[in-house]
Amino acid sequence: MTGWAWLVPTLPFVAAVVGFLLPQRARRAAAVLAVSALGLATLLTVALAVVTVREPSGRRVDTATTIARFGALHVQAGIRLDGLAAVVAVAVCVVALLVQIYSVPYLHGDDSYPRYAAEVSLFSAAMLDVVFASDLIMLLVGWEVMGICSYLLIGHYRELPEAGPAAVKAFLVTRVGDIGFLLGVLVLGIGAGSFRIGVVLDRAANLPAGTLVAAGLLLLLGVAGKSAQFPLHTWLPDAMVGPTPISALIHAATMVAAGIYVIARLYPVFVVNAVPLTVLGVIAAITMLLGALAALGQDDIKRVLAWSTVSQIAYMTGGLAVGAPSAAVFHLLTHAAFKALLFLAAGCVLHATGRALMSELGGLRLSMPVTFVTMTCGLAALIGLPPFAGFFSKEAVLGGAYAAARGETPVPSWVGWLVLVTGLLTVAITAAYATRLWLRTFFGAPRAPTTPTLLSRVMLAPLVVLAVPTVLLGLATPWLPRWLGAPHVTLRPDVVTAVPAFLLSVAAVAAVVTAWRRAPERDPIPPRPILSRAFYLDELQDALVSRPYHRLSGAVLSLDSRVVDGAVEGSGSGAGWLSGRLSRLQTGNVQTYATGVLATAALLALAAVLR
Amino acid sequence: MHLVLPVVLAAVLFSIGVYGVLARRNAVLVLMSVELMLNAVNINLVAFDVWLRDSLHSGQTFALFVIALAAGEVGVGLAIVLQAFRLRATVAIDQLDDLTEPPAEPSADRPGHSEPAR
Repeated sequence: MTGWAWLVPTLPFVAAVVGFLLPQRARRAAAVLAVSALGLATLLTVALAVVTVREPSGRRVDTATTIARFGALHVQAGIRLDGLAAVVAVAVCVVALLVQIYSVPYLHGDDSYPRYAAEVSLFSAAMLDVVFASDLIMLLVGWEVMGICSYLLIGHYRELPEAGPAAVKAFLVTRVGDIGFLLGVLVLGIGAGSFRIGVVLDRAANLPAGTLVAAGLLLLLGVAGKSAQFPLHTWLPDAMVGPTPISALIHAATMVAAGIYVIARLYPVFVVNAVPLTVLGVIAAITMLLGALAALGQDDIKRVLAWSTVSQIAYMTGGLAVGAPSAAVFHLLTHAAFKALLFLAAGCVLHATGRALMSELGGLRLSMPVTFVTMTCGLAALIGLPPFAGFFSKEAVLGGAYAAARGETPVPSWVGWLVLVTGLLTVAITAAYATRLWLRTFFGAPRAPTTPTLLSRVMLAPLVVLAVPTVLLGLATPWLPRWLGAPHVTLRPDVVTAVPAFLLSVAAVAAVVTAWRRAPERDPIPPRPILSRAFYLDELQDALVSRPYHRLSGAVLSLDSRVVDGAVEGSGSGAGWLSGRLSRLQTGNVQTYATGVLATAALLALAAVLR
Repeated sequence: MHLVLPVVLAAVLFSIGVYGVLARRNAVLVLMSVELMLNAVNINLVAFDVWLRDSLHSGQTFALFVIALAAGEVGVGLAIVLQAFRLRATVAIDQLDDLTEPPAEPSADRPGHSEPAR
């Protein structure tokens, strides 16, 4: 059974290759191909997951076939299937399948749908490759293919003027991180003498501290780029210009969570030395607060959700930083469910009304009941209200931070305190922006005349399906550690963190609701420029990186055109000028030539005589 | 007879020839100046032949060669001059300057490069 695991990434990959070859008119064939390939992959993944989590944690699949040799280092393609991979793969497959289904009616008027479907299939294949890869180089391949798919899909609406720059920005910013990731993989692989993940993990404890710190920090750079963590988070809000299902799949559920998965996968490399995890904890604390505060200042629903994603992924990195990888993966799973649900619901609002700004929406509670109910579930999970799934996973992270603060994990206890305090603060801010989104979109009177079009059931069904794990995934809390192969870990909510978090979130919700009831037409939290511009970090990045780079390239360009080209063209024009001077001697008058010959002969004769 | 007289005569003749070649404008007169230079050489050849008492008289033999060569040269030269006169209606050397390097700016009609007349 587990020998068929290689089929899981292969099926969507084949669908992508065939899909790219389909003519652009073949909508139906493209949809059937993409959905059936992912559907088969999903069925297979669920079966694999059931088999894997049932088995005792010692038995795992770890195959490898050498495909290239570089001296002593071999690059191998293979499958590494354990509880972690199986559970994450199920989440990826389910979200990808639902997004593919949802996209069919969402892009019904789009002429380039077959290309889109093929790109989503390719992305799913790349993500599943990252999940299942048994070799760091194969993981890197999937990682890079995800990046290019993200670029292509952000720029899907080519007619939008902001689509191209947003796609390029996403590509370039993640590229900065990916260079670090590549170097980290190389440092790790060369240090361990093998790129096999199993071998690297076995030898991690014996690696020199310098290698571990360098590899850890370089990998963190890649993770910060891909998972939109400070300071490489600026691309994610701009990426919202792409189609909404893409935001749900790539920029909420899977690709941005891939960084979390990779750290969880390579966790033994990170626990040996505390430096990378300490850095990760500081990054997580900054990103958590930054994302939540920026979400508070947005007007566009999708941008609220994007900043919320930045902030929620910081919870996962925080969980990893405090030595609780199971809690981070738990939050990854619940976040994949509720954030995909929120994005798909936002897509429904956008599709039905044609508007995405909260200042133009309102009162959609009655006209879009299914979207309203499912989005309410999603927002409750995002806030972390019990009994929704987000409550359990967030509490698991905060509980891990509390354990670290008490000094039960290898990281310094101040990192635990930092993550814990910012985490609790962020809970309150999260509750505020989620409530604001909820009230401004679904309650009150419509602020602009809109008559939402009726949505097809194909679009609403994925919302209902995703609402199930959004509500119920918390029930998995007792079994999840065993599935992930860490049976001694407990993910149960800790009273010490759960009560303050719950009180903070309820207080924030109550405060926003009270402010809204006083003046239902006004924004309960008026956006401030510093929040809506996300602390001007884009401008800072522009001033510190983009403009100096532009100036540098301008200087290099002028150096090239003036000095290098100048030397080349100058030798040509100089020779031309000199020959112009010399050609004046060619008068055409034979007597002048004869005079020259005679004078020369006389001079030579004189020289011969005088010598 | 002392050697100095024919040598001085030859030098004077040669100088006149050089002057004529370098300074005269008429092509026929330039050819005649070349003849003067050749004959100055002939005088030198004959004078040194006598002064050295050469049993083979190679100097006089060379003088004969030069006279034959001068005859040929004048024949060819006059033919060229006649042909130039037919084409250009002039035998002034400073106007026969088709080999002049044209000015650097390419212009539509270059005076020295017009088509030969008829």
